[in-house]
Amino acid sequence: MADLTLAALTKVYPGGVRALDSVELTVADGEFFALLGPSGCGKTTLLRTLAGLETATSGAVLLGGTDVTAVPPGRRDVAMVFQDYALFPHMTVTDNIAYPLRIRKVPGRERRERAADTAAELGLGDHLGRRPDQLSGGQQQRVALARAMACHPRAFLFDEPLSNLDARMRLEARTFLKRLQRELGVTTVFVTHDQAEALALADRIAVMEQGRIRQLGTPAEVFRRPANTFVASFIGSTPMNLLPGTAEGGAVRVADTALPTPEGLALAEGEKLTYGIRPEYLTFHQEPVAGALAGEVRVVENLGSSQLVTLEGPAGEVRVVVDEDTALAPGTAGHALPRADRALVYRDGELLGPPGYETPATGTRTP
Amino acid sequence: MATSPPEPGGPPAGAAPRERDAAGLGRLGATAFVVPALLLIAAFLVFPALWTIYLGATDYRLTGLAAVDPQFVGAENVERALDDDGFTNSLGLTLQFVLGSAVIGQAGLGFAIAWVLRDRRGFGRRLIEAMVLLAWILPSSVIAFLWIALLDRDDGTLNALLSTPGTAWLLEHPMLSLIVFNIWRGTAFSMMLYAAALGNVPPSQLETARLAGASSWQQLRDVVFPRIRGHVLTNLLLISLWTFNDFTPFLLTGGGPEDRTEIMPVFIYETALFGGELGFGAAISVLMLLINLVIAVVYARLLRRRKDVDR
Repeated sequence: MADLTLAALTKVYPGGVRALDSVELTVADGEFFALLGPSGCGKTTLLRTLAGLETATSGAVLLGGTDVTAVPPGRRDVAMVFQDYALFPHMTVTDNIAYPLRIRKVPGRERRERAADTAAELGLGDHLGRRPDQLSGGQQQRVALARAMACHPRAFLFDEPLSNLDARMRLEARTFLKRLQRELGVTTVFVTHDQAEALALADRIAVMEQGRIRQLGTPAEVFRRPANTFVASFIGSTPMNLLPGTAEGGAVRVADTALPTPEGLALAEGEKLTYGIRPEYLTFHQEPVAGALAGEVRVVENLGSSQLVTLEGPAGEVRVVVDEDTALAPGTAGHALPRADRALVYRDGELLGPPGYETPATGTRTP
Repeated sequence: MATSPPEPGGPPAGAAPRERDAAGLGRLGATAFVVPALLLIAAFLVFPALWTIYLGATDYRLTGLAAVDPQFVGAENVERALDDDGFTNSLGLTLQFVLGSAVIGQAGLGFAIAWVLRDRRGFGRRLIEAMVLLAWILPSSVIAFLWIALLDRDDGTLNALLSTPGTAWLLEHPMLSLIVFNIWRGTAFSMMLYAAALGNVPPSQLETARLAGASSWQQLRDVVFPRIRGHVLTNLLLISLWTFNDFTPFLLTGGGPEDRTEIMPVFIYETALFGGELGFGAAISVLMLLINLVIAVVYARLLRRRKDVDR
């Protein structure tokens, strides 16, 4: 078990693609850490550089305080679980789990015992003699986890751990993974493109774009106060409304409506701003309300316990989450009133905070 | 085919017979399509094979009385062949040639090149592939000439390179020369087959092995070979048979010096056409065919066993 530090880590692929651009990052001992971003943002390269499968162009990787930048993957004492689990098809579950032990020349009896113990911990006790193609997706994933656990590495690296499971299994596996990580207490870094997965699993999240970390923080910080419009549009299962507006008398005027803003913002009169509000933090009214965005209901999407309503008005498209009891039909008029304390104001794409508020981009871990 | 319209909800009437006749040609139509191909196979494969078996049981000769009126001698030719030093010598040489140049040489070198090039892209890889392929696609006669020039005693390129003037490679090391020649000539096929096979090995499995600390050899043993075992067997089957039946060495050495490179096809050629003993030559051909069959059956068995294990 160890903490992980990346110092000015840069990776440039032959051909000039800059996959990582001087990334600075510290993952605390025992932390469950998510690398989140759209495809091509460098998150997988970062994970592979941690594993030693890619060599950094410059910068350093520190594991438990020692520089492992030049150490080959086999001697870093980290275990990785790949998206496709990478189980060896010709080996039984036992042999798969015991493989790292076999490479370390652990005697056959002992490694079979350890494999059986680990398998039993993960509920695979009845499947020791099977081959991977005789297992379900969830069981295969657990075999891969068991193989990673069996040699007690200092850190786990998971590449898209849940993406090969079907939707139902995914939720189950998510809870399972989180509990397992808690119990083992091993520093774990995982990569995902699914913001819901990152929010649900991680202690802290790094949101990446084009080889840079755009925001680093706890799930709550990243969700509530996205540091920039990129993170704001990326996090959240329904994308945040980002409305162009201008400052006017302490409020933000979008189209012809003055929208309420959180307290303590210093806004220069007339400057161009972006007003961000999540669909969940807008309340829907059928009658006109002061400070509400007006529009016509265009689309109603049923989300089960709520509905996602798209209003089209002078401010453009605005999405609102409305509770399930409100009967709505496309074509009717609607008004969406923002919650002032949940509204976010961005200048040049960066979040404006009240004076004295710590800028979220340097957010520290809150246990 | 006339069928009643299927009843709603029920199984369509006449479904079963239609399944057996997917193309809807009927027995006569299907036969008409197959017959021309069968006739060609019969005329050019089955008949010559049977004819060879018949010839092998006669004392048929190229010239003389037996050419006009060959006599049936039964298994006499086969018995004679098995007692003949020339035949056993030739069989031994052929095995050396097949093992040395195909099983060890071409398969080994082909795999090595494919393994080294597996992650490479760009000019270097294309250059090596082009060179290896060139040896494979050039006509045998051209290649034979090139190698005679390379190995020549007086002005040979190899002697110039190694500063060993006066070494007559084809006379002093005839079988070794042929083995090296055939490795060079035939590696391309194995290289391409293994390159394709290696493309099927999931990178994540190799990386898992690397993260566990596996050496290159351990990665090959634990990840690559189990994965490409079928490709290896197919490759070995094909190149063994091709090399077994290869006649190109004759163009280099003519079987000499002193029968030291008289591999099976050359031996048959010498016996049947220079010696004029067509019947005896045919009998040896049949023996050779049987050996080929044995090779094929052994590999097929190994392949099938692999599938059983997989299941």
